[in-house]
Amino acid sequence: MPDVRNLLAIGCLVALVGLGSVAAVAKEAQPAFDDPALEKRVLVIAEELRCLVCQNETIAASHADLAVDLRKQIRLKLKAGQSKQEILDFMVVRYGDFILYNPPLKANTLLLWLGPFVLLLAAGWVLVRNIRGRRRTPGGVDWSPEQSQRARALLDEGTKGR
Amino acid sequence: MKKALVPLLIFAVLMGFLAVGLGLKPREVPSPLINKPAPLFSLPTLDAPQQNLSAQDLRGKVWILNVWASWCVACRIEHPLLVEFAKTSTVPIYGLNYKDKREDAVRWLANYGNPYTRSLSDTEGLVGIDFGVYGVPETFVIDKQGVIRLKQIGPVTPEVLRDDILPLLRKLGA
Repeated sequence: MPDVRNLLAIGCLVALVGLGSVAAVAKEAQPAFDDPALEKRVLVIAEELRCLVCQNETIAASHADLAVDLRKQIRLKLKAGQSKQEILDFMVVRYGDFILYNPPLKANTLLLWLGPFVLLLAAGWVLVRNIRGRRRTPGGVDWSPEQSQRARALLDEGTKGR
Repeated sequence: MKKALVPLLIFAVLMGFLAVGLGLKPREVPSPLINKPAPLFSLPTLDAPQQNLSAQDLRGKVWILNVWASWCVACRIEHPLLVEFAKTSTVPIYGLNYKDKREDAVRWLANYGNPYTRSLSDTEGLVGIDFGVYGVPETFVIDKQGVIRLKQIGPVTPEVLRDDILPLLRKLGA
């Protein structure tokens, strides 16, 4: 009996989530544009730009007022025949490199671009050193002959008891 | 003994990074417009909508541009300070009324006081985009040559006014 109730609850939950996602899709599809091809080009550019209000969202995905305004700017500039690079430059002049999800390699972004590789190299170096160190001491631990003997005796005792 | 210190050292370095990180303000993105000429604009003013005010009209004097809106809650925090500052007549404050309705803006100023010499109506927010505005309120200090010298993101606090804005204004000869 409780199984049926559980199933029912899960069913309701699934239905609710389904409804929710339909509503979300409906909201995103809300502004109907007369030119879907242009809109696709707007989104391609907007996906490379960070929304400064939400910071972890692209301008394509964000619902912030500023993101809506900037999408409008991209649309107007594309209509005016500007290239993608011209539009990206327009954004960088106003908001800085931070607005680009793919920032250029410059003096002040050097650490951002090379940092992970430096860390990887350092980690690799530590790993190699450790492995080499271990090879030099077989078994990984240096025991005195007495200690080895005692260990052997303990092991033998264990097998005898079985 | 030396080996045991390695994790401790790594931990200390990590703590150092985290401690510095606590003091950073990731929401404040440095503006590329600092020490660059302020964007050109020509906008109608709140008090005289049929009359435009342009960037050239303000050449030759040090002035403050304060981006505000009646819908902006944080603007109310800094507003009394701006009203007080305007009374000292150090430099003129021009308002950029960002994405606002004229009636709402006029009523807001009537309610909370008007520190602005003039307020520009940027109903579409286009001049705001030119100034790289992303979080109202924002405040700019612009020098006699029309160059942006300082940008404050978020409300102007008494500390920012005392430690950053006033010394800069003195330096600029205002």
